[in-house]
Amino acid sequence: MRNFEYHLASSFKDVTNGQIIAGGTNLLDLMKIQVMAPDALVDITRLDGLSDIQVEGKGLRIGALVTNTALANDARVKAGWPLLSRAILAGASAQIRNKATTGGNLLQRTRCPYFYDTSQSCNKRNPGDGCAAKGGAGRMLALFGTSEHCLAAHPSDMAVALTALEAEVEIYNAARETRRVRMQEFYQGPGSRPDVENVLGKDDLITAIVLPPPRSGERQIYRKVRDRASYAFALVSIAGSVAMRGETITDLRLAYGSVAPHPWTDRDVARILKNQKASNELFQRAADALVPETAPHPDTDYKRILLRRTFIATMRQLTGLSDPEGSDIARTN
Amino acid sequence: MKTTIIVNGRLHDIEHDARRTLLETLRDDLDLAGTKKGCDHGQCGACTVLLNGKRVNACLCLTAMHDGDQITTIEGIGSSERLSALQKAFIEKDGYQCGYCTPGQIMSAAAMLRELRNGAPSYVSEDLETSELSDSEMAERMSGNLCRCSAYPLIREAIAMAAEVEK
Ligand SMILES: Cc1cc2nc3c(=O)[nH]c(=O)nc-3n(C[C@H](O)[C@H](O)[C@H](O)COP(=O)(O)OP(=O)(O)OC[C@H]3O[C@@H](n4cnc5c(N)ncnc54)[C@H](O)[C@@H]3O)c2cc1C
Ligand code: SF4
Ligand code: FES
Ligand code: FES
Repeated sequence: MRNFEYHLASSFKDVTNGQIIAGGTNLLDLMKIQVMAPDALVDITRLDGLSDIQVEGKGLRIGALVTNTALANDARVKAGWPLLSRAILAGASAQIRNKATTGGNLLQRTRCPYFYDTSQSCNKRNPGDGCAAKGGAGRMLALFGTSEHCLAAHPSDMAVALTALEAEVEIYNAARETRRVRMQEFYQGPGSRPDVENVLGKDDLITAIVLPPPRSGERQIYRKVRDRASYAFALVSIAGSVAMRGETITDLRLAYGSVAPHPWTDRDVARILKNQKASNELFQRAADALVPETAPHPDTDYKRILLRRTFIATMRQLTGLSDPEGSDIARTN
Repeated sequence: MKTTIIVNGRLHDIEHDARRTLLETLRDDLDLAGTKKGCDHGQCGACTVLLNGKRVNACLCLTAMHDGDQITTIEGIGSSERLSALQKAFIEKDGYQCGYCTPGQIMSAAAMLRELRNGAPSYVSEDLETSELSDSEMAERMSGNLCRCSAYPLIREAIAMAAEVEK
């Protein structure tokens, strides 16, 4: 680890003194191998007002320092937004979730192996360097939303759930203004600058995540497919919330994880499904629209098949076509 | 720089470099070598300790960030003369081979049993409100602790035995 100055933030304006550290579970990991080497760290963990979950209207305002464990265990979240609890519990380990924070989770970096290896070229780590993943090994890379400069996927489970739930990110800036950005607009694709991953400005602080009112009566699922049963990043994941009247899908929200540089959404798929009677044929048709014809890297070709199958299985579970029993299903009241 | 931490009930003032991790502080500054370094990257759980009562990976904590915090290590939950229920159960059930992961397994299990008593759900819990200590719940809740010797079945038996004793 390269040496750095350590600052303890005592007010919001102190965040301009260096790179923010919260749980440290991603940043320290990257600093140890010098993928990130900030000159100064600002410890925000003792700042007031960022560690609780408050009721806001019929929704919730979740402070940026609320730990992943506290969020997943919150009685209101479990009852009204069970998909969020499920997604968080699907990620990392109990030890990491105890430290990891809501803000830090959103900003965790990709798991592309070349990003982690400073002897390899990587445009995300070092803009203009090239991309060693092209022509290299790439089973964790993305299917959608890539650019010629970067093919990496975003690894967060929580962010996929928050996207399906249409949450907003609350951001405080150096001019002491607060703004809210929808999850769908928070992340940016790689374009020619894969090092820029979201709309945050240099000294911006995430202060909270805001959940809209619960979608009562909807069935919710977070389904995660990975290489081992626990403690592994997703190869493909789907967060879904569906309202039904009889056998007809009346409303739905879907987001797809580990397939794009940010949680992926697809309006055409939602349009195909809405106000239709649930059936295998319908889900096949929606899957045709969702899954791309080719993969950006030969090693992710399998994700096309995996995404298709996971999508159909998830839709069958969500609409009651398959037995809804199973550990990844939860029902709202 | 200087940080004060409370380890196993005793106050320590530590002079250290900003880069010092809690794991290095425990092992190298305080000579508490029960806590192990496996991967140093949050991937194995060998360094598991309790931070203000909650299990965390000490390798991913900066000492500087824990001024005033309470830390419990394997040395704090029992001694050779007075073993804790979990330590006894690991011996009784042979819950290890080389033993390197064992302190982390025991610290993690101690926290896990408390989480379960407090009603915390896991990814495999059928509903988010109630869960019991089944074998699959234990495997999921202990997945942050790897065992290179793959003693998993006996580790789970040992934890189940200690859970019975504690009831
Ligand atoms: C072994 C391992 C397995 C994992 N498995 C999974 C998994 O399966 N699924 C998953 O989703 N995640 C997984 N993770 C990642 C984990 O969820 C993240 O490391 C964690 O959520 C990051 O949160 P943190 O508070 O520790 O962030 P930090 O490491 O403190 O910070 C991360 C980044 O966010 C910035 N930051 C933090 N807070 C703020 C704020 N309030 N405002 C502005 N910037 C901020 C920091 O500057 C830094 O750049 C895993 C991690 C490890 C080590
Ligand atoms: S895919 Fe992106 S993160 Fe991976 S090596 Fe290429 S530029 Fe770096
Ligand atoms: S040494 Fe800390 S998790 Fe492996
Ligand atoms: S007993 Fe050898 S690593 Fe677990």
